[in-house]
Amino acid sequence: MGNWLANDGLSFFVILVWLGINAFLFVHFYMQFLVERWFYSRAILGQALPWARAPAACLNFNCMLILLPVCRNLLSFLRGSIQRCSRSAARQLDRNLTFHKLVAYMIALHTAIHILAHLFNFERFMDAQLDKNDTLQYVLSQIGNGDNRSYLNPIRTKDTNPTYVMFTTIAGLTGVFMTLALILMITSSTEVIRRSYFEVFWFTHHLFVIFFIGLVLHGIGRIVRGQTPTSFQENNPAECEKYYREWGKNGTFCPVPNFAGNPPMTWKWVVGPMFLYLCERVVRFVRSQQKVVVMHPSRTLELQMRMKGFKMEVGQYVFMQCPSISQLEWHPFTLTSAPEEDHFSVHIRIVGDWTEALYKMPLFFFLMAIDGPFGTASEDVFRYEVVMLVGAGIGVTPFASILKSVWYKYVQQNANVFTRKIYFYWLCPETEAFEWFADLLQSLEGQMVEKGLTDFLSCNIYLTRWKESEAAHFTVHHEAENDPITGLKQKTLYGKPNWTTEFNNIAAKHNGAKVGVFLCGPLGLAKTLGKQCRTHSVSGVKFIFNKENF
Amino acid sequence: MGKIEWAMWANEQALASGLILLTGGIVGVAGQFAGWQFAAYGVAAGVFVCLLEYPRGRRAKGTSVERTGQYCLTVCVKAFGPITRNYYVRAFLHAALCVPGGFMLATVLGCVCLGIASLIYLLAAIRGEQWLPILPKTETREKPRESIKEPPQNPPPRPPADLRRKRLEDVEGAAYVNPIPVTGSED
Repeated sequence: MGNWLANDGLSFFVILVWLGINAFLFVHFYMQFLVERWFYSRAILGQALPWARAPAACLNFNCMLILLPVCRNLLSFLRGSIQRCSRSAARQLDRNLTFHKLVAYMIALHTAIHILAHLFNFERFMDAQLDKNDTLQYVLSQIGNGDNRSYLNPIRTKDTNPTYVMFTTIAGLTGVFMTLALILMITSSTEVIRRSYFEVFWFTHHLFVIFFIGLVLHGIGRIVRGQTPTSFQENNPAECEKYYREWGKNGTFCPVPNFAGNPPMTWKWVVGPMFLYLCERVVRFVRSQQKVVVMHPSRTLELQMRMKGFKMEVGQYVFMQCPSISQLEWHPFTLTSAPEEDHFSVHIRIVGDWTEALYKMPLFFFLMAIDGPFGTASEDVFRYEVVMLVGAGIGVTPFASILKSVWYKYVQQNANVFTRKIYFYWLCPETEAFEWFADLLQSLEGQMVEKGLTDFLSCNIYLTRWKESEAAHFTVHHEAENDPITGLKQKTLYGKPNWTTEFNNIAAKHNGAKVGVFLCGPLGLAKTLGKQCRTHSVSGVKFIFNKENF
Repeated sequence: MGKIEWAMWANEQALASGLILLTGGIVGVAGQFAGWQFAAYGVAAGVFVCLLEYPRGRRAKGTSVERTGQYCLTVCVKAFGPITRNYYVRAFLHAALCVPGGFMLATVLGCVCLGIASLIYLLAAIRGEQWLPILPKTETREKPRESIKEPPQNPPPRPPADLRRKRLEDVEGAAYVNPIPVTGSED
């Protein structure tokens, strides 16, 4: 139980609080529309009125929340400040996208309830206008016809239909636009679309601007009407409801009731986050641009850049934009340089349109905008005594930064580093794309041997795929001192690691320690490692799992 | 944006529209709203669109991800041949199906969403995309390679050129003794 608490407890608590607030708002606002002041409104609408108002309140709350997890710069800043007090609290901020999606689902759910309830409301308002002259609903619907009063029923005549009314009221029209924007955003955000056609997702998602404009304007027509407090004093529904045929007539004690609409409330909920998000976009825009130096080994591009005032930590990432390729596309890349170096670098693998265009670009056209750096879990590496770093394929890049930083700290600066031992696992289908990394490891290995620090870093490289032609070469070279693929003293292993064995060994060697496990790789591996962390966090040794994803 | 298959998004949008049309239709019928006949139509059209759109098509480039349990529907949809393969047909079909939904409030949202899906399908059709079924490949077991049955005819292969080149500074490490006697290739 303790290991689950260490890894997921705080997330679970946050979700629970969020669900609790949703439930509270729903019930609270439902009950608010059951009071006597709303009696006449409910006479026409029935329970559909509170069923529409309750999800509206939840929508206010969730629309306030939805913008916050995507304010990257704000989160990065918060993470830095919180980290000093609580590492696990800071880790919650890495799950911002998960929370954003949960809130989005909740918005979709409440929108559905809200719309379905309003379908009934529109129908009942229409029925009231079409009713016989002597029903309460009919009488209530006539209030406001040439008597200088404010109406209750927004459908003013029987010569119309609900669809027409929806398109001719502010609430209805903004509702339509908001819902369409929401649906288009959702259908273009499915996993299939995001992973295969990111641009469709990214551009369509900007419909949120229309959504928020519609949201703020949705209530200005004050279409939801209840009895005014003064009218309630004079015409108490409990007493006057039965005498609706005689309201206001001479000699009666029940005047005609007066109605007013509620003032719009939504803007109060969302104006803060909208402002914060606007600042976020401005900050991203204002980040400076810099000429870069380019090197081209194999199909990987390394960009080395210098920028005044640029401060980074290990394992962070930046967003980069190249205006001559696309004005609108920002792509994330992990920083592969260490904070101790005088420049910062990224390694970019050529896989899609944008990276292809970057690869082919002549040097003098290079002008890029950089946004960041943004924090990831890798920053926490040096806070653990013992660390397991697992990189799969291109996921090895954040660890380039960490290992370089390790080299600087230990070898050049002799700083007192809290981390005593690093176990590094690199799972790779082929090494050609990462020759630059193999070079880094070679250089590190050499330095460690020189300084007698060979125990500090334990490298385990796993080649998961190989060609028949290479296999024969490997078997022949089995006895050689240096590995035939990487040139390292540490031999390359073939196939996938046996995680149970690895975790058992580490647990046995480091009893009583907190071991930080850092992964940058695919979901399947994340699930495996997460499970291993939980099962092996027993009797003294705790494995804390940190996963990076974009 | 050169490699986008619009049909993939059109499919998501159409499936969502089918569900929305269905839900609106159910409410319209259950609540006995005025014009409930259009709601009844919405139910039928919604179900039809959902069934048609549930099986995802195969992507022209890259791996295709099936929806859970879509195999049966894939077979059904495939059986209609060019009618379901061609996206122009789908675009016009959805455009036609969505019109009656516009006559009643409960189904109007489904109508508009399906109309948008129709437009995206039209775009996909103009770009020459078509619906191809995702079917499991019938694999024949690979025959075991000849080299396993017979002893090797040739000496072991040399390592790739760049690996050899890399080891210039460590010439002795790069050298190896071939354990198998090399015979001439005229054998």
